[in-house]
Amino acid sequence: MRSAAITATAVPPPTRRLYRPREHRVIAGVAAGIARHLGISVTAVRIALVLLLGFNGLGLLLYAVFWAVLPLQAPTGVTPRRDLVLLLPFGAIGLGVVLLQALVSSDNGVAGTVGWLVAVIAVGAGVIWHQSDPTRRSQWTDGASQTPWLAAVVAESDRRSFVFRFIGGGVLVAVGVIGVLAVFLPKGNLTTVFNGVIFALVGLLGVGVVVAPLLWRTFSQLRSEREGRIREQERAEVAAMIHDQVLHTLALIQRNSTDIKEVQRLARGQERSLRNWLYKPAASPTERFSAALEQAAAEVEDTYAISVETVVVGDTQCDERVAALVAAAREALVNAARHAGVRTVSLYAEVEDDELSVFVRDRGAGFDLNAVEDTRHGVRGSIIGRMQRHGGKAVIRSEPGDGTEVRLTLPASRDSVAAGKENAR
Amino acid sequence: MTETAAEEGRRLTVFLVDDHAMFRAGVRAELGVHVDVVGEASSVAEAVARIAATEPDVVLLDVHMPDGGGRAVLDAMRRTHPQVKFLALSVSDAAEDVIGLIRAGARGYVTKTISPDELAAAVRRVADGDAVFSPRLAGFVLDAFAARPDVPVADPELDQLTNREREVLRLLARGYAYKEIAKELYISIKTVETHVSNVLRKLQMSNRYELSRWAADRRLV
Repeated sequence: MRSAAITATAVPPPTRRLYRPREHRVIAGVAAGIARHLGISVTAVRIALVLLLGFNGLGLLLYAVFWAVLPLQAPTGVTPRRDLVLLLPFGAIGLGVVLLQALVSSDNGVAGTVGWLVAVIAVGAGVIWHQSDPTRRSQWTDGASQTPWLAAVVAESDRRSFVFRFIGGGVLVAVGVIGVLAVFLPKGNLTTVFNGVIFALVGLLGVGVVVAPLLWRTFSQLRSEREGRIREQERAEVAAMIHDQVLHTLALIQRNSTDIKEVQRLARGQERSLRNWLYKPAASPTERFSAALEQAAAEVEDTYAISVETVVVGDTQCDERVAALVAAAREALVNAARHAGVRTVSLYAEVEDDELSVFVRDRGAGFDLNAVEDTRHGVRGSIIGRMQRHGGKAVIRSEPGDGTEVRLTLPASRDSVAAGKENAR
Repeated sequence: MTETAAEEGRRLTVFLVDDHAMFRAGVRAELGVHVDVVGEASSVAEAVARIAATEPDVVLLDVHMPDGGGRAVLDAMRRTHPQVKFLALSVSDAAEDVIGLIRAGARGYVTKTISPDELAAAVRRVADGDAVFSPRLAGFVLDAFAARPDVPVADPELDQLTNREREVLRLLARGYAYKEIAKELYISIKTVETHVSNVLRKLQMSNRYELSRWAADRRLV
């Protein structure tokens, strides 16, 4: 058996607070806790408790009270399993003390028995209290997903032993109460009945003492459990995002470190998605004009490895016409990406009361619109034709060497703009 | 009025404030070709003390730092050292960061993805007293000053952009350079710069009512 001195040097207690340590415990850690707090040998405390058994079970009573009141030490690393063999010598000593007391003083039979019975009731109540700990129960229901330190606690208390102990505690309490009644009833005179009533009251008080903190503790533990779960969920969300996106992108960048274009494309895509995640409320590209434009820009960025400097002022709801405007803007971006030969394209969109406008500008090669063959559908069909079909207008201004600007305008239908403004508020 | 570095014919002095040492080293290496980097600081307190000691032409200011950020440096320095120009250089392009720094007195705002040449040009422009407006910043300003006729404005003279200023900002947001804006609007480059400076002044001076409305619209408060 380890002495308290070794314990103190091996694991110095962080604060001189009375608690039940997880290590060096034989039953519940009461003796070890008291010994550590007082700075005396744990063996001395254990022997004292065992000797106190002789005084009408006072040792048992004290142990039960301390067990109920003292908090368990916060988990620190792996908890060693308790060594039940240690219990043997103390059990033997206790039995000896009790037998000696029975032999020496047989005259105080009634009081001694009552003391023992009360001690048994206290221990039973303590067992019930500790087994009804909600966090422990949730651990058992959680099943397999247990951390190592929990396993040490749970190993001794799976669901079956929980039921067993709960019933055992109840039986102890019932036996104690029945025993008290059995001791006092046969005498039948007024004083003993009065005593019986008092004992019953004490018993009720005991039940109240057991139940009230149990309820309070249940609620507070449920509350803190819920807060912890919310925190855990937020953390898990961040972790999942980082895992799904950032780590994968970084891994890809490491593998493609020689391909500068690919690295830039990956980094740009990752930057964009992180920014959206951090700063932008999620909006559906099928519902909002700005979200649809940004998605189109992102697709072009990813496909053609250019960067699109997107600025959107104002917002509105998407309908068929707005979707056509976005599609035309996307086509203009694709053209700039494929033919202009530049790294950066500007996309500016503005939502005004009477008009939606989109500008796509590059500083690249430029082209002569009149020289574009009629058979090429990119500009004529996808941009100019599409805008005209939906009541809008597309103007392309391009000079060879001075870049290209595509200006798309779409008169707003009254209700869609109004709805968009309402939503933006 | 203190003389600018260009008028004195000396190199610009620049001070770096950023809590990432790696980033400071990178900027120093890139900018060192064009300007004199006279100092670095990694925290607000250090920045305030060392900027006061070195009195640089331009301070490159990070927005997010552990102990208060660029806003705190600006608040501490603007009264005592009005001749020092601040250019915000941040990885964040969130509207509240950009507008917040400009309102606090920064003369421009660029993101950390900017190329070294563009950064050097931006520093020079800020040192000459101009404002540096990225397309994104122009977009935010247009958003912030969006005309809402249904809401009464406390001081229309101060809070509203003129049509010309709005046009200039729009062209900026469309990716035009100052020279191209001047050509497009048939005005001189100097006039474009004046408009942009006026926008910056309005942004910094516009009243609290406008600011709180802007923030409330974006659910920032």
